[in-house]
Amino acid sequence: MARVFQRLLPHPFLTLLLTAVWTLLQNEISAGMVVFGLILGIIIPWGTSVWWPDRPKGVRLGKMTTYCFLVLWDIVVANIQVAWIVLTVPNAKLKPAWIVIPLELRQPEAITMLAGTITLTPGTVSADLSDEGHSLLVHVLHTNDPDAVRDDIMDRYQRRLKEIFL
Amino acid sequence: MTGQIIGTYLVAICLIIGSAFVVIGVVGLLKFNDPMTRLHAPTKVGTIGIGMLLLASMVQSVVAGESSFHELLILAFLFVTAPISANFIAKVHIHRKSCPPAPKPPRDDTWSTLKTPSDES
Repeated sequence: MARVFQRLLPHPFLTLLLTAVWTLLQNEISAGMVVFGLILGIIIPWGTSVWWPDRPKGVRLGKMTTYCFLVLWDIVVANIQVAWIVLTVPNAKLKPAWIVIPLELRQPEAITMLAGTITLTPGTVSADLSDEGHSLLVHVLHTNDPDAVRDDIMDRYQRRLKEIFL
Repeated sequence: MTGQIIGTYLVAICLIIGSAFVVIGVVGLLKFNDPMTRLHAPTKVGTIGIGMLLLASMVQSVVAGESSFHELLILAFLFVTAPISANFIAKVHIHRKSCPPAPKPPRDDTWSTLKTPSDES
């Protein structure tokens, strides 16, 4: 039974996501469209699973949701901080810096999420990955203490992402 | 009736906040003088600016009685694509060496953008 389930739904989270996207695209909730979205959500992951061999075995949905809300909150705070820096700090006093984040995550999906989160949050842009994927290069807009920013990213996002991806 | 008035004010506030953030993003883009710092203003401030404009559109549609949630989808795609374009612009700067040089990675040889085929032989 479990194997049939595994074959039919190689990626249950993707199925849910595709159904939600389809329903949002229709812009109205009707039973027929949800069912059609569900059919698409089953067919697409089933048809494309061959080209995505090393996908993560699963994500912890509860932790993922908390993470999303944490990131959304951080985006709002980050925006106000960056807006303040743009308006008040003159160019001469700006202290941009490169920081290097040692990566403990190994899955490409998790690293992508970490890099995306870094770009969307407080004054940081993820710029590059080292050639064998052991560290992430991040540019900080304005900081007095680059090490503190690095520790903050590692503790706040990387630790949580390690728990999300199995 | 009061609901509609509150809705209108809410839409107006969202539009003002959204446009203010977009303007700040543009100011940042024009003000900073280093290519990497210029990248920060539009990527960050743009997300909340456009987010607030989309929120205004959503509130407006609910007030008008035809609720529309397409905007959530726009926002989701924006959040997925904005970091990628920022990443590509940063990579171009690193590759063309038009920004301060990056420190060497601790465990690997070099950054993937700087690794050219001639290094491998």
